[in-house]
Amino acid sequence: MKRLLTIMRKEVRHILRDPLTLLLILALPASLLILLGYGITGTSTGVTMGIVDFDKSDSSRAYVERFTASNDFKLTHDLQNEEDMVRKIETDKMDIGIIIPESFERELLTNGSANVMILLDGSGNPTDVSTAELKLTAISEMANQDLILKKVDVSGQARTLQMPINTTVKTLYNPNGNARLYMIPGLIPIILQVQAILLAALSIVREREQGTMEQLIVTPIRSWELMLGKIIPYLVVCMLNLLLMIWMGDFLFGVSVRGSVGELVGLSAIFILGSLGMGVLISNISKTQMQAVYISVFVVIIPAIILSGLMFSRESMPDFTYWYSELLPVTQYLEITRGIIVRGVDAATLLFTSTLPMVIMSVGYFIASVFAFRKHL
Amino acid sequence: MNQAITTQDLSKRYPGQKKKKAIHAINLSVPEGSLYGIIGPDGAGKTTLLRILASVLPQSSGKASVLGFDTKRKAEEIRKVIGYMPQEFSQYPDLSLNENLNFFADIQGVAKQDKQERIDKMLELTNLSHFRQRAAGKLSGGMKKKLALSCAMVHNPRVLILDEPTTGVDPVSRAEFWALLSTIVKDGVTVLVSTPYMDEAERCSMVGILYDGQILKEGSPEALTHALPFSIIELKAKPRKQMREVVAQTEDILSWNPVGDRLRLSVAEDKERQVRRVLERKIKQQKLDLQILRSARKTMEDVFVSIVEEQSQTTDQTSLEKSATQTSQKDQNP
Repeated sequence: MKRLLTIMRKEVRHILRDPLTLLLILALPASLLILLGYGITGTSTGVTMGIVDFDKSDSSRAYVERFTASNDFKLTHDLQNEEDMVRKIETDKMDIGIIIPESFERELLTNGSANVMILLDGSGNPTDVSTAELKLTAISEMANQDLILKKVDVSGQARTLQMPINTTVKTLYNPNGNARLYMIPGLIPIILQVQAILLAALSIVREREQGTMEQLIVTPIRSWELMLGKIIPYLVVCMLNLLLMIWMGDFLFGVSVRGSVGELVGLSAIFILGSLGMGVLISNISKTQMQAVYISVFVVIIPAIILSGLMFSRESMPDFTYWYSELLPVTQYLEITRGIIVRGVDAATLLFTSTLPMVIMSVGYFIASVFAFRKHL
Repeated sequence: MNQAITTQDLSKRYPGQKKKKAIHAINLSVPEGSLYGIIGPDGAGKTTLLRILASVLPQSSGKASVLGFDTKRKAEEIRKVIGYMPQEFSQYPDLSLNENLNFFADIQGVAKQDKQERIDKMLELTNLSHFRQRAAGKLSGGMKKKLALSCAMVHNPRVLILDEPTTGVDPVSRAEFWALLSTIVKDGVTVLVSTPYMDEAERCSMVGILYDGQILKEGSPEALTHALPFSIIELKAKPRKQMREVVAQTEDILSWNPVGDRLRLSVAEDKERQVRRVLERKIKQQKLDLQILRSARKTMEDVFVSIVEEQSQTTDQTSLEKSATQTSQKDQNP
């Protein structure tokens, strides 16, 4: 026990000794939250649009206005022909192109029906693309509806006309579509994951690389004392990171914890312990710090960012990918942070879907790391 | 005399080493209270041997024991009674000397009331008292070695295992370090030290010559040098080119090698006087400027060179014999 404290004291000295290290491990995660928290707004107001209006009539202008009136699309290019339009989309100058033929107004008035072509750049984020597609379709439908209503109006029956189904959509938890409410509870797990795994893995491999491990092997210190002594200070560092991020989420971005802060902190501690354990396991198979970084980044961190549900929905993933992400406790922990922070649910509500799997796996990784860690060269 | 360290057929084969072993069938006995030197060139297996004895590495086969504890089964017991100094710097560069010493004292379980006294004693012994607060990484090469020694000794071990403690250290610091080791041995500590420097071997009470993974000779430096079957003549004359020609043309010189600006010639003991006379005569005839011609003390360097030459002759012979059998086999099986 005394030796455990000795190792902990030494580890704290390493952290406090170098101001840069201290700054890196305490301030960098918080600054990342600022960068990403401000950076990701999630709303697609920046979708740019160009038109080729061969008709140049009142009807065609009215039609285009429907798109530009919503804040979703920005008219940036008024073009003369179709080739220009295609080139602009090819060179990524704009995302959407609308072509209105010369006969637009005439056909609308005579036939009651006219053709319009809309081109959409589908090479972007598929979610954004389909959102844009939905919006474009909806606006076109509205235009149709209005035109039909006008026609009916002419025949004098408008007052008796009613839409058959009245739908009320009520958005729960995040009615304003605040993207930060979605992103910040997702970023916290990822940042903690990166912190914990790298801090634990590197601090152990560094001893090996700088030759101090050889010296530690010949002392009577037990493997578990050495390992716990090294990771407990980092548990504290990660908990400080967590508290700082929760506070910043509230203070800077107005994302307050709706559920129980106590539950959030408690479950986070378990998650961090598991991640530190994963770091220790990685250090066991790494001879150099570079190897440790590579294994951490490619086996855990990048999959954590992409597969945990931070950015993409996990439901549509193929089995292998889905189960891989299930093996990363960050996946369930992310469901927990979103649950507690955004929806205000308690851990018991998520017991079988998230809480229990996260706790079992984190504790599992931690226990495995305690038993697997051996002081060796 | 009791033995502090003994080994029986100690061998180590690293994973990936198919044919050759890092060390092979080493039988060693280090008497208690001795200053024992493992002498050998780079790559001979010194570090492997010391790491096994310090319980850092497990051996592949054979036995080793330190103060009666088996290195494989009783590693924890060994760790309490030995101090080990790896070849590479192995203290925390960002911690001060004081912090490093306190850390190792605590890890080794030095009692609180003795700790400060022990640390002060180590710093005084190694002349590092003025640098207590300095970060270990900012010490000079020689001072780093002394700090490593202090850390290895802070818990008052009975056996010290030092892996090339003077490699990469200036000559003055080397001399200081060896003086330090003598003091430590006088206090009753057994010291096992490895070095590639032959001049250092002579400061040991016992040496084992490790070459290509095997101990070729073991004994005190005096006994080993005394046992050399030849004498050494030291010669210096100018111009040097002619001196070499004279030596080359003189009979009964077994081998010669230049050391500084002079030559060291090995000759059979009973031929020494005769060879010296011949050399003197020839040098006078050729009117060279003779500066030194005398019989010299045999050194560990001479021991080492003769042993290695002997060894390479036998290996050459074995490999010749082997290739001979291979050829004859080929002839038989066309």
